[in-house]
Amino acid sequence: MNTWIYIAIFIFLSLFFPTLLAVAGWFLGPRRPNPIKEDTYECGLETVGETWVQFKIQYYLFALVFLVFDVELVFLYPWAVAYHKLPLYAVGEGVLFIALLAAALIYAWRKGALEWS
Amino acid sequence: MTVMQIVFLITAVVTLFAAFRVVTTPNMVHAALWLIVTLFGAAVFYALLQANFLAVAQVVVYIGAIAILMMFVIMLTRREMRDRGPQTGKQWPWAAVIAAAFFGGLVWLGQQAALPAAPKADVPKDSIAQLGQALVSPNGFVIPFEVASVLLLAALIGAVYLAWTRHQS
Amino acid sequence: MGILSQPVGAIAAWLQALLEGWGLAPGLTKVILYLIGAGLVATLVQVWVIFLIWFERKIIGRFQDRLGPNRVGPYGLLQPFADLIKIITKEVILPAKADKAVYLLGPIVMNAGVLAIWAVIPLMPMVGMDTNIAALYTIAVGAFATLGILMSGWASNNKFALVSAIRTVAQMVAYEVPTVLALLVPVLLAGTMSLHGIVKAQHVWFVIFAPLAFLIYFIASVAEVGRTPFDLLEAESEIVAGFHIEYSGMVFAIFYVADFLHAFTIGALAAVLFLGGWRGPGAEAFPLLGVVYLWIKAFAVYFLVVWARGSLPRVRIDQMMDFSWKFLTPLALILLVVAAVLDHFVIGLGVWGRALSHLAANAVVAWLVLQYLEHYDRARARQRPMVAQPGQYPEARPPAPVETSPETAS
Repeated sequence: MNTWIYIAIFIFLSLFFPTLLAVAGWFLGPRRPNPIKEDTYECGLETVGETWVQFKIQYYLFALVFLVFDVELVFLYPWAVAYHKLPLYAVGEGVLFIALLAAALIYAWRKGALEWS
Repeated sequence: MTVMQIVFLITAVVTLFAAFRVVTTPNMVHAALWLIVTLFGAAVFYALLQANFLAVAQVVVYIGAIAILMMFVIMLTRREMRDRGPQTGKQWPWAAVIAAAFFGGLVWLGQQAALPAAPKADVPKDSIAQLGQALVSPNGFVIPFEVASVLLLAALIGAVYLAWTRHQS
Repeated sequence: MGILSQPVGAIAAWLQALLEGWGLAPGLTKVILYLIGAGLVATLVQVWVIFLIWFERKIIGRFQDRLGPNRVGPYGLLQPFADLIKIITKEVILPAKADKAVYLLGPIVMNAGVLAIWAVIPLMPMVGMDTNIAALYTIAVGAFATLGILMSGWASNNKFALVSAIRTVAQMVAYEVPTVLALLVPVLLAGTMSLHGIVKAQHVWFVIFAPLAFLIYFIASVAEVGRTPFDLLEAESEIVAGFHIEYSGMVFAIFYVADFLHAFTIGALAAVLFLGGWRGPGAEAFPLLGVVYLWIKAFAVYFLVVWARGSLPRVRIDQMMDFSWKFLTPLALILLVVAAVLDHFVIGLGVWGRALSHLAANAVVAWLVLQYLEHYDRARARQRPMVAQPGQYPEARPPAPVETSPETAS
């Protein structure tokens, strides 16, 4: 439990420091807003159209591959920690797990999901 | 009331409020951000229960991957970021009654059930190594462990297949 | 418990006795002690950035055959302070179209995500919280840095910032997998996720056990920080300044600080995971030396990051994606399998026997990879010759004579 108290305090502090900086900047700096200053900055050109537009689906495919990998890798961590206590067949099970992960990667690769076009 | 209970109550209130905001905010990205607060609250609960690995895995998988991907997907696909329509349907009073009844039932069930007392002993130091051993031991969870891998492989194949065919058309 | 052999323990014990002498509850005393400890570490790290800024500007200056800052103070050492005073008096502009709350939270979340990693970094024996999930914690907390960039990029309501935010996520998505895979290798070798445990297990530095994993970890972390050559998220020639285009004044400075801090943090992490952390001659007896060793090692890795920034051009987005998914990830998978299978057989050989057999395996993998790359390169060269072959393009012909009808000619 003690570790979590320390970590909680640390996270609190790491939120506190930048907040302090931002507040200091807010109060120490001048504030003279005007519409032109507050406009969207595009190197002096007028903005055209909406900012929040649709992006290409390509990004999404990578994201899905990543999600699968991330979930699988979390499973591997307890295995790696226990590694020295495991018999050889258990190491083999881990390798099988990694092989399935590799199969996923190869499939995505062969299907062209990893091509950036 | 111990310090632990106070921390638990504060976290519970924050988590519930964030969950409430997830469904009520009209802005999709704000909803995703509130969802991150909710998920983080769940991680704090795990930490309070001394389930260290679960707490961190919760943050890595749910916040680091899923929640960020949700924000990403919202940015990718929705042209209209803000839902301007009414926030509730016509049947909301009925839905509220049923939800309240359901919640009441759950509370009643929880009161009825004889829950085992929390073990007094501390979590063993090598709990993660034990978890790892259990994951690959034949008496433990080796089948679920490998099946999870196959399941995720299937999920990936499905995702690639769906996105790939759409890519073609 | 002497002050030299156990400096932190001795001071903590003294403070604890003092506070409990005032009649405070033991629980509260502990919280206060933790607060002081965490405050010291966090302040030290945060203030250290001021020096890093000077150092990086100076080094980049030398790389580019300039002097770098040299006017304010000796060797320009006071330049960052001058910058700080200047930036603190600048206006914090809130763009009219921005999503104000998220806009202001973005930099704070980013900085917090970077700084919170230091909670588990073992600065010396006893300092830095020893928790059995520390390695995964660094990944978990690092996600918040990405989240901060995503938040500020979206909330700015600026097209450049949004493109940058999207690129950030694409980059994070691509390089988190090799990072996590490479991180598994030291965890597997040490048999623990505790960073203290990993440092203690390194009688021989893990960089000798797994030089390739170190390389992958280093490259992937640089990409996650978004430093050159992976600085697509702030490619100034394409998207101006990326996610922080709309930020100014102190709120911008938070990004600036977080960026430098992140680069140094990956140095510290790499030092802890692969370079023996606080280990060094005499560090066991005098823990304060351990901080110095760790700092030197972290600084060496940080210097590599700066060196890369000074020397390498920016990669294209398709190259960035290919490099991670088609090179680093498969390589990291192979290395993990090699380490897992090999270590089971060589564990009885003693420390050096184990280390050298791992090193040999790494060398074999590296040689095979290089062979494969060469083969691939040749195959690609055959497919797409760089010089035009005879007959590849139609012959150039003189332009057909313009038909002039006799009527118009006359």
